[in-house]
Amino acid sequence: MEPERTFFEYLQSFSEAKSPIDFVLIYDNLGRFFDGALVTLQLTFLALLVGGLIAVPLAIARAYRKLFFSPVIRVYTYVFCGTPLLVQVYLFYFGLGQFKAVQESFLWDPILSSPWWCVVIAFTLNTAAYTTEFMRGAIETTPHGEVEAAKASGMSALTRMRLVILPNAFRRSLPAYSNEVIFTLHGSVIASTVTLQDLLGVGRWLNGRYYLAYEGFLTAMIFYMAIVLLITVALRLAEKRLLGHLRPRETSSSAAARVAA
Amino acid sequence: MPSPTPSTVSLLVSDLHKSFGSVEVLKGVSLKACEGDVISLLGSSGSGKSTFLRCINLLETPTSGLISVHGEEIKMTKDRRGVSSPSDARQVERIRARLAMVFQSFNLWSHMTVMENVIAGPIHVLKQPRAEAIENAKDVLERVGMYERRDYYPAHISGGQQQRAAIARALAMKPEVMLFDEPTSALDPELVGEVLRVIRSLAEEGRTMVVVTHEMAFARDVSSEVIFLHHGLIEEQGDPVQMFTDPKSTRFKEFLSNSRQ
Repeated sequence: MEPERTFFEYLQSFSEAKSPIDFVLIYDNLGRFFDGALVTLQLTFLALLVGGLIAVPLAIARAYRKLFFSPVIRVYTYVFCGTPLLVQVYLFYFGLGQFKAVQESFLWDPILSSPWWCVVIAFTLNTAAYTTEFMRGAIETTPHGEVEAAKASGMSALTRMRLVILPNAFRRSLPAYSNEVIFTLHGSVIASTVTLQDLLGVGRWLNGRYYLAYEGFLTAMIFYMAIVLLITVALRLAEKRLLGHLRPRETSSSAAARVAA
Repeated sequence: MPSPTPSTVSLLVSDLHKSFGSVEVLKGVSLKACEGDVISLLGSSGSGKSTFLRCINLLETPTSGLISVHGEEIKMTKDRRGVSSPSDARQVERIRARLAMVFQSFNLWSHMTVMENVIAGPIHVLKQPRAEAIENAKDVLERVGMYERRDYYPAHISGGQQQRAAIARALAMKPEVMLFDEPTSALDPELVGEVLRVIRSLAEEGRTMVVVTHEMAFARDVSSEVIFLHHGLIEEQGDPVQMFTDPKSTRFKEFLSNSRQ
């Protein structure tokens, strides 16, 4: 009979004898991957949060074609949606440091000299640009009659926006926003190109150190997949809760109702 | 200036003009509704009847003319190019809250349930406490036979039910005058009856209403006065029974004979 082995010993013998992948190496570095995942999640969600908050007023200004603001915002979204995120990150990280004025400004020491902040700023501006544009579309396609009903009941412009237009538009842009969340997560790998140890950064570090590509990159991939799975489930739940009014109703006469409406 | 009209006059419109670009849609239309009056506006499409109704609560801005609700005149100004606009947005909101409107296409807020539709105005415009608004909503929803459907989204109920919910939403504002803009025109024929019955019962309890309609029987039986519009002018107006049995103008005669076919 074989003596009882610990999980680690089993892993060791499996890695040495049969597996093309060194699981021991992965096991030893799991802590680093979790740290990397934390960096990835921080970058992604900080950018999404701040970017989303910036996008709301910009989308409103765009949708209502505010004089001066709307074209300026359009230039901004065009630049940030029309250029690769990698280039944007490089510009912030390598570009800004070239200027003496920037290096001497109060923003340099805590913020613009740190890769973490440069990445956060670039990601935020990038996701804000995308979010602005699809939210503008959602605001513009808010049913006109509903806005009119809000006017007719005496709601002020602010109340109409808060109660009717934005809730309606937010709900309809949720599927597009789900994509934006996933894209931002995928885009966050760019952080690893400016020295940050995000998930991919840890994978790269492992590869660079041991020349073992599978161990680092496959593990990173599995982590990314797990994160995407969690995000997808959460957003699915949110859609179920918030988009009930867009689902066809469960009776046979739903088609008739839609025609009548 | 507050006009010296007696307080029993709920709604006074005088010499209302409205142009869209170079097309003059209303060429001086006046209307006086005392408390309890039900005024039906008839006319073929393009006669300006809906535009007139929409001018009353300023969903369309009249080019000129005077509107007053219970003696309070809506203040208008003209800019340098002679384009008129309401001078006090708060006053317009206040007046709109006193003139509830029911639309042809219902215009319920699609992301809110029937109940939420009914309480939104009372809570956010009339500043009623939520509990009180819900209590009132129960009454008005029962009044239109929609209490059982209070938790449905508009897309999940029939057109007739949507319109009854929209009437409940209007009633919840405790309006001084109710404006109906072709309330049954978008409904399937078999759903018209249930909505007309509700409107009829509201008329019978002495509510002041202005109704744009194509329902001749309704106009004849329910209204206290009928106004027939043609090409932006009042062609004939008066007592419904008299007008329907003995029309004076050729236009109205034609209109009646066409609609009886």
